[in-house]
Amino acid sequence: MATSHSIDTGARPPALEARKVSVHYGTTQAVREISLRIPANQVVALIGPSGCGKSTLLRCFNRMNDLVSDARVSGEVLFHGQNLYEPEIDPVEVRRRIGMVFQKPNPFPKSIYDNTAFGPRINGFKGDMDALVEESLRRAALWDEVHDRLSDSAYNLSGGQQQRLCIARTLAVRPEIVLMDEPASALDPIATQKIEELIFELKKEYTIVIVTHNMHQAARISDYTAFLYMGELVEFGPTDKIFTNPSEEQTEAYVTGRFG
Amino acid sequence: MSVPESALLLGQNTARDRRRQWKGHLFWVFSLAATSVGIITLMVLLVDVMIDGLGRLDADFLNSYASRFADRAGIRAPLFGTAWILGLTAAISFPLSVGAAIYLEEYAPQNWITRIIQVNIANLAGVPSIVYGILGLAVFVRGMGLGRSVLSGALTLSILILPVIIMASQEAIRAVPDSIRQAAYGLGATRWQVTQRQVLPMALPGILTGTILALSRAVGETAPLIMIGALSFIAFTPQGLTDQFTVLPLQIYNWISRPGADFHEIAASAILVLLVLLLTMNAIAIILRNRCSRMRVG
Repeated sequence: MATSHSIDTGARPPALEARKVSVHYGTTQAVREISLRIPANQVVALIGPSGCGKSTLLRCFNRMNDLVSDARVSGEVLFHGQNLYEPEIDPVEVRRRIGMVFQKPNPFPKSIYDNTAFGPRINGFKGDMDALVEESLRRAALWDEVHDRLSDSAYNLSGGQQQRLCIARTLAVRPEIVLMDEPASALDPIATQKIEELIFELKKEYTIVIVTHNMHQAARISDYTAFLYMGELVEFGPTDKIFTNPSEEQTEAYVTGRFG
Repeated sequence: MSVPESALLLGQNTARDRRRQWKGHLFWVFSLAATSVGIITLMVLLVDVMIDGLGRLDADFLNSYASRFADRAGIRAPLFGTAWILGLTAAISFPLSVGAAIYLEEYAPQNWITRIIQVNIANLAGVPSIVYGILGLAVFVRGMGLGRSVLSGALTLSILILPVIIMASQEAIRAVPDSIRQAAYGLGATRWQVTQRQVLPMALPGILTGTILALSRAVGETAPLIMIGALSFIAFTPQGLTDQFTVLPLQIYNWISRPGADFHEIAASAILVLLVLLLTMNAIAIILRNRCSRMRVG
């Protein structure tokens, strides 16, 4: 049932397309033949109960699963018509084009400036680093709070600020797509709100795929929502349809809080 | 439902409560005694060595070569020998051990070969040092024809402390949170960039602590150096890698084994010098470790 979820993404080609993606950890299958098209410059939320495979699917989109020693990925993920899992594709390059923000803020034990500049530096950025750092921090809505203490340790920032720094750090590499793995789950409501406002701003320039276990958050910030259950894609469609008029009974049960 | 009023009052110790407190007190006394044994022994030892050794400890003693006469003998040769051995051993063992630790933690696949290597390293750390002396004699002194040189000694001691530094470095590398690696990979870093720019800087204090502690073990070693034929009566300092040498523990061993109280006194003086060296190294290790734990807290 989960093989054809092609939705209308307008005239533009999708930013990412998963085709029959499966992931095995050892002998257990975490993701089962999921196909879905991520429309460009939209926010796509992946929702579902714990262990449904939403984070695992997200990590397929920039080959982070390569780092898990017993994970095997099959199927295709198309990015500009190229399969990310072709042997000649370098995962390092994939992760540069498709950035990731993690569940817990994980700044490096360095200054705010060096955190932001790390990605450009390792990728051989030759331009004006100060300008790039400022631009990235502004885009992450952090500049006004930190512009006068860029050399302070990132560990001195609050949790919400740290997470926005992690977003700035990701943006500094100038990715096309930003993957977010429950970026606000470790934050308080006010910090969460800031991250959500930020995501709304960011979709003008980036395609965003966000995993969240918070259904209200998915409803607030996303344009499209995919509901996963037990490793399968149950339903994928415009967010308002998923939350108000889902086609599948399981989806309805989940979004109305009957389980999960 | 009603609770008797007396049960609500504090200060109503039963016999069982008192017994528990008494047991707790007994354990406190036992712990204190156990700690005291170590500290008192160390103190007695130090005071004893100081009484014997402080009298001869002066610039002359540090600057003179070995002599048949105790009042003219000094530790210039073993002091320089120890410095040579320390420097060379560090230069050989540090890159090898850190390289091995990086490989095992960041690169090696998790399979049975890696596990066998791991178990072997742990076992090597427990091999008696004299065995490394035999190995050094067979491989470096005779096999490679390096003779009883500083280089042979440093190579032998390097092999001796390799497993210790490898394990300490692995622990330090493992203590770097995985979220840091993920963050770096997520920004398009290669494995080497992740290791070099994030993991190693964070692990370095731990690695250095392990290295210094291992080196201080090497500096105190006697048996493997006797085995490879280091001398204890040398009237020159090493000028190059192939020169003969002696080290402080060997000189001490030699003086102690002679009859005559005067030689025992200068042995005590040499022990003091060795102790100062070792305690300094350990202090540096502790400072590094504290700095490292402060960094973690952030």
